[in-house]
Amino acid sequence: MSERVGTVAHAHAHHFDDAEQQHSASTLGMWLFVVQEILFFGGLFTVYTVYRSAYAEPFAHASHHLDVTLGMINTAVLIASSLTMALAVHAAQVGRRAGQVGYLLLTILLGSVFLVIKTIEYGHKFHEGFFPGPNFRYPGDEAKAAEIFFSLYFAMTGLHALHMVIGIAILAVLVVMALRGRFGASYYTPVEVTGLYWHFVDIVWIFLFPLLYLIGRH
Amino acid sequence: MSDHVVPVRVYLIIFFTLMVLTALTVRVAFTDLGPMNNVIMLGIAITKATLVVLYFMHVRYSDRLTWILVSTGFVFVVLMVLITMSDPLSRGWLGTPGS
Repeated sequence: MSERVGTVAHAHAHHFDDAEQQHSASTLGMWLFVVQEILFFGGLFTVYTVYRSAYAEPFAHASHHLDVTLGMINTAVLIASSLTMALAVHAAQVGRRAGQVGYLLLTILLGSVFLVIKTIEYGHKFHEGFFPGPNFRYPGDEAKAAEIFFSLYFAMTGLHALHMVIGIAILAVLVVMALRGRFGASYYTPVEVTGLYWHFVDIVWIFLFPLLYLIGRH
Repeated sequence: MSDHVVPVRVYLIIFFTLMVLTALTVRVAFTDLGPMNNVIMLGIAITKATLVVLYFMHVRYSDRLTWILVSTGFVFVVLMVLITMSDPLSRGWLGTPGS
């Protein structure tokens, strides 16, 4: 069996009954990967919980050195990028090629804005001496615990940013595929599973923002 | 299966809800509610994550196997945190031998 998608005929692999089953298997496989990623970041959130419970006050004070405004802007940018990603999947499902390309490019743009803001933030932290290691400088007598906070800050946001860089690279490939008319109502699996990845990265940030930027602000 | 085409209107409603919840969590952070601050902020984050999973990630429209798989992931993170924390949180309970 083969179906026409845009200008390209699309057949399912021989070990699947039909294209529908193949699509189900692909999304389930992607979810399996995302679940593994949830547990991967879960390990870091566990370390965070252990150290924050041990050093509640120093963590709250160290959190004050992060820029809430930039963090909030980045949260909004990332949620907006999730919307454009969802709309790209929608455009693929209904076979609108211009919409696919437009929304994918918009997602790449918003992802890049997030990374630029993150880079500016990192620059400030480096400049202030908050990067853990031999050159770590911190006012007051809570330097040891604050260094743990900033180790977690850089490890968690750094891994998150790495995921975004990879996501943007995959989105760039999707743009080329969309331009070639590869996606339509009967085949949009790559857009769908990339969407799952992108939204997962958004979810990680949804937890990172309050846990890193917003503790002990009152 | 996720063949279901979610209407654009639904995506927009979820987007605006997520934005409002983000503003709310910042508002809560700057208000002193004692220990409730953490509870509310974590509650908002979990609500936002659930909305993303159900609508943006189409789990609401997916089959039961996907539901089980996704819940397993989150349940195991909660187990990992709870079982790990049972150690540091209970250390002071019995005192130090010899002191």
